[in-house]
Amino acid sequence: MSLPLGTTVRVSRRRHDRHHRTPGYLKGRRGRIERAHGRFLDPETRAYGGDGLPELELYLVSFDLPGGDQLLADVFEHWLEAAE
Amino acid sequence: MERAVHDRGGWPTDAPIDRTEHELADWEILMDAIENALEDRGVMNTDQMRRGIESMPLDQYERASYYERWLFTTEANLIDQGILAPGEIDDRVAR
Repeated sequence: MSLPLGTTVRVSRRRHDRHHRTPGYLKGRRGRIERAHGRFLDPETRAYGGDGLPELELYLVSFDLPGGDQLLADVFEHWLEAAE
Repeated sequence: MERAVHDRGGWPTDAPIDRTEHELADWEILMDAIENALEDRGVMNTDQMRRGIESMPLDQYERASYYERWLFTTEANLIDQGILAPGEIDDRVAR
């Protein structure tokens, strides 16, 4: 999967009890792809001693906050869903 | 949505933020060195280290300082891998 810059996405709200790095406060939130950082080892398998392969695309995603502020966070591709 | 103890962004709180600096104690510098040596040797990676910290029981997580959390996860990871026996560090300290 490769998401073009500016794409609107939604962070998945799926339940996931094992180790992952997607912050709870972003789940279900709509954001916009700002940058593709490249591919990185998957922390969700590395956390249990796995090799982290295949590498996953990591995106910088922006989220609009009330008052015109913006929050930026790195989110792996498999936590991002299509959104209008 | 259930969140682990570390996943606290956006939690409402009135607690003040502790911005004080402190000199690192010798054991904290040692803890940093041990963790880095274990990563260099491929014994424990950053994600295993984080998983250990993020699975700490709530009350222990809240009480622990930064490097006490490193100690917790390092001991837990080494026990998981059979490198340390459960209680081995406590036994040694008690001698």
